[in-house]
Amino acid sequence: MTARRLPLGGEIERARPLRFTFDGKVIEGFVGDTLASALLASGRQVLGRSFKYRRPRGLFGAGVEEPNICADVTEGAAFRPNQRVTTEPARDGLVLRSASTAPDAERDRTGFIDLFARFIPSGFYYKTFMFPDWHLFEPRIRAMAGLGRVDPAKTGPVGDQVNHFCDALVIGAGPVGLAAARMLAGAGKSVVLADDGSRPGGSLLYREAEIDGMPGADWLAETLAQLAGLGVTILPRTTAFGLYDHGLVALNQRHEDGRADTLWRVRPERIVLAAGAIERPLPFSMNDLPGIMSAQAGLSYLRRQAVLPGANIVVAANNSTGAGVARAMAEAGARVTLVDRRPDTAPLSGIACHAGRSIDRALGRKAVQGVVLDDGTEITCDCLLVSGGFTPTIHLYAQAKGRLAWDETRLAFLPGDPVPGLTVIGGAAGQFTLGEAFATLPAALGLEGAPTAAPSSYAITPAWPEPGRKGRIWIDYQHDVTAKDVELAARENFTSVEHLKRYTTLGMATDQGKTSNLNGLALMGALTGREIPEVGTTTYRPPFTPVPYTSLAGLRGGERMNPLRRLALEGRHRALGAAMGEYGGWLRPVHYGEDDAAILAEAKMARATVGLFDASPLGKIEVIGPDAADFLDFIYYNTVSTLKPGGCRYGFILAESGVVYDDGVLVRLDEHRFVVSCSSSHVAGVHAMLEEWRQDRFPARRIFIHNATAGTATITVTGPEARAAIRAAGIAADLDDAAFPHMTTRPGRHGDTPLRLTRVSFTGDRSYELSIRQDLAPGLWDALDGAARALGGGPIGIEAVMILRAEKGYIVIGKDSDGMTRPMDLGLAGPLRSKKAEFIGKRSLLQEEAQRPDRNQLVGLQPADGGGLLPVGAHGLDLSGAAPRSIGYVTSSYPGAGHDGPVALALIERGASRHGEVIELHHLGSRRRARITAPCAFDPKGDRLNG
Amino acid sequence: MQIFSCPFCGPRPEYEFHFGGDLGNHRPEGFDAVPDQKWADYLYFRNNPKGMAREVWMHLTCGEMFSMTRDTVTMEAAPGEALAEGQP
Ligand SMILES: [Zn+2]
Repeated sequence: MTARRLPLGGEIERARPLRFTFDGKVIEGFVGDTLASALLASGRQVLGRSFKYRRPRGLFGAGVEEPNICADVTEGAAFRPNQRVTTEPARDGLVLRSASTAPDAERDRTGFIDLFARFIPSGFYYKTFMFPDWHLFEPRIRAMAGLGRVDPAKTGPVGDQVNHFCDALVIGAGPVGLAAARMLAGAGKSVVLADDGSRPGGSLLYREAEIDGMPGADWLAETLAQLAGLGVTILPRTTAFGLYDHGLVALNQRHEDGRADTLWRVRPERIVLAAGAIERPLPFSMNDLPGIMSAQAGLSYLRRQAVLPGANIVVAANNSTGAGVARAMAEAGARVTLVDRRPDTAPLSGIACHAGRSIDRALGRKAVQGVVLDDGTEITCDCLLVSGGFTPTIHLYAQAKGRLAWDETRLAFLPGDPVPGLTVIGGAAGQFTLGEAFATLPAALGLEGAPTAAPSSYAITPAWPEPGRKGRIWIDYQHDVTAKDVELAARENFTSVEHLKRYTTLGMATDQGKTSNLNGLALMGALTGREIPEVGTTTYRPPFTPVPYTSLAGLRGGERMNPLRRLALEGRHRALGAAMGEYGGWLRPVHYGEDDAAILAEAKMARATVGLFDASPLGKIEVIGPDAADFLDFIYYNTVSTLKPGGCRYGFILAESGVVYDDGVLVRLDEHRFVVSCSSSHVAGVHAMLEEWRQDRFPARRIFIHNATAGTATITVTGPEARAAIRAAGIAADLDDAAFPHMTTRPGRHGDTPLRLTRVSFTGDRSYELSIRQDLAPGLWDALDGAARALGGGPIGIEAVMILRAEKGYIVIGKDSDGMTRPMDLGLAGPLRSKKAEFIGKRSLLQEEAQRPDRNQLVGLQPADGGGLLPVGAHGLDLSGAAPRSIGYVTSSYPGAGHDGPVALALIERGASRHGEVIELHHLGSRRRARITAPCAFDPKGDRLNG
Repeated sequence: MQIFSCPFCGPRPEYEFHFGGDLGNHRPEGFDAVPDQKWADYLYFRNNPKGMAREVWMHLTCGEMFSMTRDTVTMEAAPGEALAEGQP
């Protein structure tokens, strides 16, 4: 017999039984159980396997410090990998699978690895699997590594996020945190009290206390009632895991009913850290056997869930808290032996006591069966409760860059210099008795009204791991780091605490070494002749406990993270059977037919008759005001101020580095009003750029910038029948070429609705862009669609437009240009020579780099090997040297629509002067040959613009 | 998450702001007169101070640029100040 549930007592609700499964076995428990307490009560001891040696492991802790036992938890459709069983409430119907076991914790088939333990010390994998290639070994090693499994078919639920401001955030609702919250709230402060346990109370839930003359439980009930009256917000199951810039405390709240965690972002005026302390294990051989548990955890299971952790219990301690645990276990009916390292321990009635003794080794294979003391005494037991002292939970203080100070009498790192806005109290400040903690509260908080507790004392004697001890002494349970590993690190000169951590992985597991770090650095100190404070601690970084990504992400996922922009005409496109796809953040029609074959058919139709294209995402940023022309002269590579009202000009906007940032048509509606038509994917960037230069360079000038993109829909009508289609659609405008030539803009009407017609062409054919208030676009679309169909045309998707523009040699910035491309590389050298005014990027175009003759320049490519489409991304080769050298690459490649055969665009070294030359292309191991041509492969004279 | 203070809108979360560069990184004027080194300094060389940094930021939601003094070690950020013409 080992652990068992007592018939009476605890906070569990015995009238509400529940069942869940663990590795397929049914476990029974009650509401009020954690997964851990129900598993413990079931008598099962082996609940997991260690990370590296696959040793059987049982529970060590009862809270966030638990290093051993995690499980993958399935609840209906929800799946949570690698949950710490000590912090999760037991619920009916949960399905648990022990983490990192195969097939389960009891019968793990990799357990044989432990037999080879002495051959696989720290660094073994790095040192051994180097030859011939780590990658040969990696898959099998990786399969055994890691904790838990992720089921890609199941996603976590979406968590809530709460932003909150308050005067004071008290972290830890133990007696000291409760007292502090009451004092602060009593002084009129708004207070949030967060605690990672299932209910407030901390140690009062399982340790005896007398506060203000009352039993601890009564004081707790009274205080909670007072806090409720004072309006204190109490957050149970809530871990403050990180302190971030500008006083932001991030807390993760788990919920009893299993719904997704809530992330709290709290900005308090003041942080009060009352997070208590975590008990350390004792270092002796085989100290990782199941049945060996933190003494305070054992006490917590006994008092909170009425689980007596053993029938025959040894309590081993190096401090004065062991006696209380021993007494409690004996009162609950266990046979108890106390082994206290302190020689002056007072004897306890009914309890065998070995004063001044410590444990040399534990006995047993799959569970502890006995201990051997340092004097050779052998004691049989089925449970060993250990206390190696307490490590204050000062993570948030340390994250705030607080400096820790070593306290030799308490054997703990305590907060040193004060950190503004942060007060550390109670166990976290090393005040391990209530009397001492309460007494310091008034000074710490600057407030009256602290409770009092009966005086008691805390005493501890060192029990650090000693160098050269025989046997296997675990320092870090979760990462299977033993004293021998630390000794190896010291021998190989990884003596700095940060090196020790990374070489042995001590403290790097999901428990972040909460129970192990101090023993590890104490041993390193002993090995290198340094005191503990000289060794120091590793850097404290958030999160204090693992936080699910679903909690951090909250609602910010998928389309909520990056919303798709929708067209006003989306309904029309869908009704026409369009395949929709995302282009530059917009959901646009790819093509209208059944499959990809429609793309080329649409392009050919537009060349033959008329195509209708939804160009609404095209940028329409209006620049208005008497100084607008001056401003745009500075913005554009080209001269803008000479443009006549009603005229359009194609141009580039450069970055200050001289690289082409965007291209497009600038429209001058009237003397003081321009429209910047930037690329659809650059609207936000160009808008910000315009605004930035306006404020920086033209702050007191009369310029107004308005982004009208979203409010305006644009339909492009292109092809030989474009004009006929517009006429047939009943649009009132003077379409005579003399009155409305290419590269001009004119007003028009569709019925009562005013619209703007602009003659620019991205296809090389006669084209009109019709811009209209976006909510009125469907009517215009219907009229144009009917007219186009009557003429043998119809709508075309964006991929057809890509063909039409590519065979004309019209570029898409970012596709046919890269982060090196200057305007001269695209064949536009004129403005640099002739424009006298200053403009963005001008100085950079005069640099030697920009003027180099061997730059990559835009060209067309035609297959010269009889093959089909040239692959995009294929590199041109210079084969004249010893090794082939890249001379640029293919940027666009399409079947021609007007042109007979494939067309391609490329950026090729000195390309502009190499038309006619045949070059070799290399792509994914294969070779092609292509002839360099001018970028424009179709209608080079541009006759079709007016055709 | 940091909180910056826009001179026009008050304290707002950092994700509403866009970094605009070092304050006082003036554009050298006169493309035919600016030496290479001076232009390269303007384009590429940043102060990147340890400690007090004076910077330009844009508050994206109101669109205004302003100057802000910030400590890159403590992450303290003074309230932003409106930029006026003639100011560095
Ligand atoms: Zn603002």
